[in-house]
Amino acid sequence: MGQALAEEKLLESLRAGNEEAFRELVREYQPSLVRVARIYVSNQAAAEDVAAETWLGVLKGLDRFEGRSSLRTWIFRILTNIAKTRAVRDGRTLPFSALQDPGRVPEAAVDADRFLDPEHPRWPGHWAVKPEAWPEDALLAAETRDRLTEAIEALPATQRAVISLRDIEGWSSEEVRNALDLSETNQRVLLHRARSKVRAALEEYLKEAGT
Amino acid sequence: MNEQVEQLSCQELVELVTDYLEGALPEEARLRFEDHIGRCGACKIYLEQMRQTIVVLGHLPEAALSPDAERELLQAFRGWRSG
Repeated sequence: MGQALAEEKLLESLRAGNEEAFRELVREYQPSLVRVARIYVSNQAAAEDVAAETWLGVLKGLDRFEGRSSLRTWIFRILTNIAKTRAVRDGRTLPFSALQDPGRVPEAAVDADRFLDPEHPRWPGHWAVKPEAWPEDALLAAETRDRLTEAIEALPATQRAVISLRDIEGWSSEEVRNALDLSETNQRVLLHRARSKVRAALEEYLKEAGT
Repeated sequence: MNEQVEQLSCQELVELVTDYLEGALPEEARLRFEDHIGRCGACKIYLEQMRQTIVVLGHLPEAALSPDAERELLQAFRGWRSG
């Protein structure tokens, strides 16, 4: 309820032309808008264009916005429409299948060669190369953060959007599902794949750094 | 350690970690998961690493808007207000 009230106030300020309110809104949502736009368009610059166009769309629609959905959901709906239109114009095939059915193509969280054979007589499917505990201090180092950023950049766009919204921006799974129009299961599959890959990248880096 | 057929293997467990952390495992599967973690040091470390990954991700700085882009948007906002 508190959130709805805060949103009502924010809307009032925006409609009254309060520049500071608009600046805050933009700062809060811009990173997420660009991340989600990257699902649809091919590069960062195009994604930033889409985000900018979204803000213009928000301004255009603000007086007519009735608050039937949350402001966030409404903004992301505008973004998605603009991004899709842009993708079609650029002749890009939309990754619908990737969003709607990520389970179609199986992906292992950990390379199969890290495990013993599933038919192993004594230890089927057990670790062959076990993970080792990470040194706490290395985890917080600036270089580790750079590696993390690289690992996220290397993800497929849909996985990148989900992990960014969930784990970097701290959205709930429901908020992510609404913004990206994903089923509960698909959101989880995408998150699982993204987190598994980022963990693997960290593991590789920390092993290198430790030797 | 005795092996029973219905036990999770480590290879199966790593695929359930997100479901577990999201609270999406049905009761029986959750118990099997926790039972495995209770006896398997390597999987316990793996689970901890996934948690650590999430924590470190939460400390990444959010992408910022360039000053130019912000200025343009604010200009649009002023235009909208007066238009």
